[in-house]
Amino acid sequence: MISMTIRQLFEQINRGYWPYAIILAHIVLGTAMVYSTPRSSIAFLVLITSFFSLYYFKADIRFKIIVGAILALIVIPIVGVRNIFYLEVIFQVCVFAALALGLNIVVGFAGLLDLGYVAFYAVGAYLWAFFGSQQFYVLHFAPGTQPSNLPFLLPGDAFYLFLFLAIIVAAFTGILLGLPVLRLRGDYLAIVTLGFGEVIRVLANNLDKPLNFTNGPQGITPIQRPTMPETVVEWFNNVFGGMIGHKASTADLYNVMFYFFALMVIIVIIFVTRRVDDSKIGRAWTAVREDETAAIAMGIPLVRMKLAAFALGASFAGVMGVLLAASRTFISPESFSFMQSIGVLSMVILGGSGSIPGAILGAATVTLLNLQILQGFSLYLSELRQSDAVIPLINFAWRDLSTQLDPAKYQRLLFGLILILMMIFRPGGLIPAKRRKRRLASDQATAEQ
Amino acid sequence: MALLETIDITKVFGGLTAVNKVNFKLEPGQIVSIIGPNGAGKTTFFNTLTGIYSPDGGEINFNGRSLLKLRPDQIAARGISRTFQNIRLFGEMSVIENILVGMHVHLRQSPIATLLHLKGFKNEEAEAENKAVELMHYVGLRGVGNELAKNLPYGAQRRLEIARALAADPLLLLLDEPAAGMNPQETEDVTKLFRSIRDDRGTTILLIEHDMRVVMNISEHIIVMDYGEKIAEGTPAEIRSNPRVIEAYLGRGAVAGQHEEKLS
Ligand SMILES: Nc1ncnc2c1ncn2[C@@H]1O[C@H](COP(=O)(O)OP(=O)(O)OP(=O)(O)O)[C@@H](O)[C@H]1O
Ligand SMILES: [Mg+2]
Repeated sequence: MISMTIRQLFEQINRGYWPYAIILAHIVLGTAMVYSTPRSSIAFLVLITSFFSLYYFKADIRFKIIVGAILALIVIPIVGVRNIFYLEVIFQVCVFAALALGLNIVVGFAGLLDLGYVAFYAVGAYLWAFFGSQQFYVLHFAPGTQPSNLPFLLPGDAFYLFLFLAIIVAAFTGILLGLPVLRLRGDYLAIVTLGFGEVIRVLANNLDKPLNFTNGPQGITPIQRPTMPETVVEWFNNVFGGMIGHKASTADLYNVMFYFFALMVIIVIIFVTRRVDDSKIGRAWTAVREDETAAIAMGIPLVRMKLAAFALGASFAGVMGVLLAASRTFISPESFSFMQSIGVLSMVILGGSGSIPGAILGAATVTLLNLQILQGFSLYLSELRQSDAVIPLINFAWRDLSTQLDPAKYQRLLFGLILILMMIFRPGGLIPAKRRKRRLASDQATAEQ
Repeated sequence: MALLETIDITKVFGGLTAVNKVNFKLEPGQIVSIIGPNGAGKTTFFNTLTGIYSPDGGEINFNGRSLLKLRPDQIAARGISRTFQNIRLFGEMSVIENILVGMHVHLRQSPIATLLHLKGFKNEEAEAENKAVELMHYVGLRGVGNELAKNLPYGAQRRLEIARALAADPLLLLLDEPAAGMNPQETEDVTKLFRSIRDDRGTTILLIEHDMRVVMNISEHIIVMDYGEKIAEGTPAEIRSNPRVIEAYLGRGAVAGQHEEKLS
């Protein structure tokens, strides 16, 4: 009943000029809130969710693109430089959105349950971490014993080349893993990919001897970034300085730059995914997912199609890995744990397996829940603990609340809850995948007779 | 030359010989039926022809070349298409997309052309879509191109499976109990459809069917299987009066009058 009236209300306001007014109001409100209370996570959420009103409300597509571009390319960077934590959160949303989009090809389109997806992310990250740092000259030193004045192997601008190299290397790794395991079905494939994910992490942990490739658990640092010309920093400060309120540093602008890179990668990924999905390969993937036996009987080469899905998904993760390594300037095996794979998987399932907007929404929701809501809640609890507040009726002093209860540490619970609740209430995800409707002029003409 | 020839083809499941040394020749342009009691090995025979099972012995030649050692998708690409006894459509895909999947082997679509939507790609897709609509109409489905396959009524699903199989422009069409579960009117319609497929497109048809009206009406030649063996073959008239067939269907000691009823 209630959901019905909400839907009716939504349809009432989702016509005419209403959507334009609502979208703009949402953006203005969000921006104003972020400006007036720069540290509030609620203000930030209001601003970020304006992307969702932009997506959900009916409006002219040109309006959506222009407003979206202004929001993503101008408003977010300004707000982000004012409070660099926001930019970090948005960057993480972008990274995970790209990973979710990649995994979505493997799990959502081709129906292959891959539990070790971050392995490909690790491959990309370590690729640039090795070639973009001093690690090449550290090969013969045990971790921690190298002299401090070693040169870098490549200039920082080789980063751009490695964005492309990572596509190839990660895709190749995907094929290498895929060849032996893609004959397996369902659960078996899931187990083997889980193992593979762990193998890559363990390799990263232990490849510090006999030759020190990865520097072991300590990780590789410093990893270079592409150069940032001083003039860009000056220009930015001249144009936006007034709106930001303080002088943006080079470090601030690096954050903006990596956010832009991530945005660009996402746009390319969406473009490629849509084109491929709308071709014989996309249809073949769906067919394989629906019924393998029928698909091969229709002439679809099963292993080749699965390999293609694996390779494409892997290449997206590889690119993001390079981006991560450069933006963090530090990489260690910890970033590529099994929990990360599960996290990305829960984003795909939450958003809607096989759905491009779903993968993005899922990534945004999970990341924001993790970084903003759980951490905000943790902060709130620890403030309560330090206060003298008491829960009335049961006479419980917040001070006595166990410090074990730290919501920020309940990530796994969150993933688990998401997966279970989605399975029960909305198996198709928040934005279920839709098949594209075709015009089929010749079919309609005859049907109407 | 025969389009399809099997020599001593055999398939064993554990201790059960599901297909036992079946020799068989199929001339191009024919409509041939395979009949036999439940569990006779008819579907298993289809599955060995299409590479879903690899045979434990014997030889299969299609269009002058051996099919042994080929994967099912390679066999399909050589020109054998099929439908399934228990309908196997891609339920979450639209009717048109199901048919387009059938065209997979004929679509070129290089990666570059796909990503950049080059002219060749667009033309090919548009052509394929038109052809898919034509095929859909040909099998008697209209105005349902965007429906999900799983939402079609049963009879329409059977027809869609046939359209999907035809989309590959096969030389040989294998139909596994295509009239199962249909009412007499639908059965008559699809029987006509099979004949027109052969007459219009020259497609050779091999079908498994339990409905004797269909079999006797449409087949130029009939193969009878029982316990994995081919026990008889011949024209409908010959099969009707073959004592081994009567025995297989009605058991030993059956009187002549009873089988007439069942077989005619
Ligand atoms: N994959 C399999 N594994 C083991 N036994 C099988 C397999 N497939 C079929 N069989 C057995 O092989 C025999 C032949 O089965 P098949 O399905 O070919 O019969 P059929 O002639 O198509 O029968 P129906 O008319 O009921 O469809 C049966 O005894 C069946 O149980
Ligand atoms: Mg059968």
